[in-house]
Amino acid sequence: MQLTLWTYEGPPHVGAMRIATALKDVHYVLHAPQGDTYADLLFTMIERLPKRPPVTYTTFQARDLGGDTAELFKTAAREAYERFQPKAMMVGASCTAELIQDDPGGLCKALNLPVPVVALELPSYQRKENWGASETFYQMVRALAGPNAPAPGATKPGRAAGARPRCNILGPAALGFRHRDDLREISDLLTKLGIDINVVAPLGATADDLSRLGDAEFNVVLYPEIASLTASWLTRTFGQPATKTIPIGAGATREFIKEVAQLADIDPSGVLADADSRSPWYAKSVDSTYLTNKRVFVFGDATHAVAAARVASQELGFQVVGIGTYSREFAREVREAAKLYGVEALICDDYLEIEAKVAELQPELVLGTQMERHIAKRLGIPCAVISAPVHVQDFPARYSPQMGFEGANVLFDTWVHPLMMGLEEHLIGMFRGDAEFHEDAAPSHLGGHGSAAKSKPETTATAVAAVVPDADVTADSSAPQALEAEPVTGPASWAPDAEKELKKIPFFVRGKARRNTEQYALEHRVPVITVETLYDAKAHFSR
Amino acid sequence: MSAVIPIRAESASGCGDAPVLKERGQREVFCGLTGIIWLHRKIQDAFFLVVGSRTCAHLIQSAAGVMIFAEPRFATAIIDERDLAGLADCNDELDRVVTRLLERRPEIKLLFLVGSCPSEVIKLDLSRAASRLSGRVAPGVRVLNYSGSGIETTFTQGEDACLASLVPSLPVTSADAPASLLIVGALADVVEDQFSRLFSALGFGGANAPVRFFPPRHATDLPAVGPNTKFLLAQPFLADTARALESLGAQRLPAPFPLGVEGTTQWLQAAATAFGIDAATFDRVIAPGRDRATAALRRHKAQLAGKRIFFFPDSQLEIPIARFLARELDMQLVEVGTPYMHRQHLAEELALLPAGTSLSEGQHVDNQLDRCRSAQPDIVVCGLGLANPLEAEGMTTKWAIELVFTPIHGYEQAADLAELFARPLVRRMKLVA
Repeated sequence: MQLTLWTYEGPPHVGAMRIATALKDVHYVLHAPQGDTYADLLFTMIERLPKRPPVTYTTFQARDLGGDTAELFKTAAREAYERFQPKAMMVGASCTAELIQDDPGGLCKALNLPVPVVALELPSYQRKENWGASETFYQMVRALAGPNAPAPGATKPGRAAGARPRCNILGPAALGFRHRDDLREISDLLTKLGIDINVVAPLGATADDLSRLGDAEFNVVLYPEIASLTASWLTRTFGQPATKTIPIGAGATREFIKEVAQLADIDPSGVLADADSRSPWYAKSVDSTYLTNKRVFVFGDATHAVAAARVASQELGFQVVGIGTYSREFAREVREAAKLYGVEALICDDYLEIEAKVAELQPELVLGTQMERHIAKRLGIPCAVISAPVHVQDFPARYSPQMGFEGANVLFDTWVHPLMMGLEEHLIGMFRGDAEFHEDAAPSHLGGHGSAAKSKPETTATAVAAVVPDADVTADSSAPQALEAEPVTGPASWAPDAEKELKKIPFFVRGKARRNTEQYALEHRVPVITVETLYDAKAHFSR
Repeated sequence: MSAVIPIRAESASGCGDAPVLKERGQREVFCGLTGIIWLHRKIQDAFFLVVGSRTCAHLIQSAAGVMIFAEPRFATAIIDERDLAGLADCNDELDRVVTRLLERRPEIKLLFLVGSCPSEVIKLDLSRAASRLSGRVAPGVRVLNYSGSGIETTFTQGEDACLASLVPSLPVTSADAPASLLIVGALADVVEDQFSRLFSALGFGGANAPVRFFPPRHATDLPAVGPNTKFLLAQPFLADTARALESLGAQRLPAPFPLGVEGTTQWLQAAATAFGIDAATFDRVIAPGRDRATAALRRHKAQLAGKRIFFFPDSQLEIPIARFLARELDMQLVEVGTPYMHRQHLAEELALLPAGTSLSEGQHVDNQLDRCRSAQPDIVVCGLGLANPLEAEGMTTKWAIELVFTPIHGYEQAADLAELFARPLVRRMKLVA
């Protein structure tokens, strides 16, 4: 068993629902106990969809377990077909139904429905949501496009003279982080390049569209977590190459354009020449200088984490001090990326471990998921969301892609927003104790919960830290904890004047300074940290 | 004992023996795990550990929504394939998880091991685990167990199962103890305080007829129960809890539920009658609240009178709320659906419902949607899975979960309860205008 406070992904059948809800005339019959219909409100509330997801649940209860749950499933499947008249059906089990082993696929065969029925095998106790979405998409495409596959060894007919190149876009799904606007941004980009879009899937595709996937020349994979399995099957079956670059950030978008142009055999120079992104200039302009080497921790699904780290490092000039993902299936990609920044990748879906890592690294900015928001809030660190899982506020009404040139603009604004502005930073570093302009206040442009300066004696924090060995376990998290309340773990103790001097260091780097000084004291066998030690350490680490 | 304002048995004109449409099919409802979301705030030193699958963890965090910014007192021990394959001993695993949990949250005094569909289906004996763990972590922490699984419980029944599991821990009073009153069901703190003041003004409290609330705000402060305890249900979904209290000799006072002016008055009246409080005192104490509420409801009545309302099943609060809306605000009941109907506990409510009301128990969601669409009611009470889709079809909805998360009981909240239904209608008019 795994103790779980927050889970980064839902169970695999939620991934299957994301595919079913994205598709148009497909229905999903899910063998599941009463209560599993909660998943509907992910779509109706968080994504605000104006329709019910196309999912029929058997919702069996305890009294049904003594009877014939298989019959219950058959009735639900038959009724769903009669009522909704889908062009294809998906059937499967949730975690509890997996235990009672009714074999939805076999039962549906017996029903002999006049449409393709795809049986999904989603092992709920080993796999998770993205895997479920990927597997479901793959099974659907195999079932519907498979019959149109050319004979093995057949050569692909070339493009007719004068015809425009055609591609599929794979990956956008329901409940995807910014999928709606990413799709629009990338579709526009491809159109500008002179490439036609054959099918977008799963988002908005019909069963008939899926059967036409083979008609394109190549595939654009936007979200490998959902579509890479399908794309590699299409490569094998239809000889369609697929894109590898994820167009997040201005640089990656340019690379993506070149890659697509090469696959389509066209000239991208015109589109590249009038590439219209403000973010590179914004990042070059002098007020962004203070962003240089700000220490950032990145966590999310593998695709967004790798892309965000690259943008943070190359386009904004941050220093990536940690990178991680909860997508075990894509651990290798994240480890490769981590090497670029000289850090160790954190491959983990245990919220408590990620929390410990952030507390240890003391970054100045966290780029993560909804869960990292909790962590950052508790530790009082600025944070921006770059990846699912997200909440309702990250399904915004306004146009806000992450991909393409407009996506790069959105990233710049979103990531810089939580940071304190440059001049404010300087002033707080120089003058302390201003009643309204002090370090415990939130960045003043964020308003809201800026508290009045605490006038408590300066020793309490240390006293607290000394008596509470694990001070980050508190029931009260309504206020972000002051950083100085972290436990003193090193063997060296702080002299009161050094403690006072430490407080003069701007708060957003103070945690780091404390750790560095303690590490220095440990290495140099300094029993008591004095003001001298503090500055010795500072000099030592600013090599 | 002077009887005042006898509660009328209106079976002739009400719905006492009205036929109920019983449906089976797909049910669009929450499971009992959802009860954790308000219970963990109510009992301030309790922790809820669900033993279940990733689905259970996902449900709670989705339903808990924004509250997850607090450090909540609930978590999930996710069963994995090693547990299922018997490679890991589930009990050892559970001990390990509980140990880690209590290290992290040392202030916890009461730990609930909450059963789920997967744990029930694989027959994991959580009650034995609870007693074993209780022995290990005593006296600091008490460990109890109940099931919030979807196969056994619907939404608010999770609270019923939780409270019923707590009853055996209650201190038992002897037969010669003074009579006491127990109010059963989690209420908003503000409502609890209002009722406390009313009961003490009526002469309850102290050693003479003490009044206690169950669940208490702290696990260390459990009310005593015995043959001289009389209890009032504040919520309609507490069948098992009532039965457990009755097994200790306590007696339930039959009454409608304290929703609206009429419900609150009769509910208080049931206690006053049982404890021999005279009519003049009763009238004097309740008059200010009753009159305030009556006046406050007038404003909403203008907006709600004549409007047709349709209830999808959700929490078992549907029948009392429908009674309030029909009798005090003149709304018309198209259909009142409830996930489960406890006829004995609802007898007084059913008697007050307008004769001929369509009642349904259970659900076949697609058939019910067909009925709803053909009736075209002015307002539909339903869950969040249906609300936005019905709004998109042009209907006005009121999402039902809010009725469980908002203070709605008692006099001072009667107008707030009415406003919950008036608001979507007012909003629709404003946005059109």
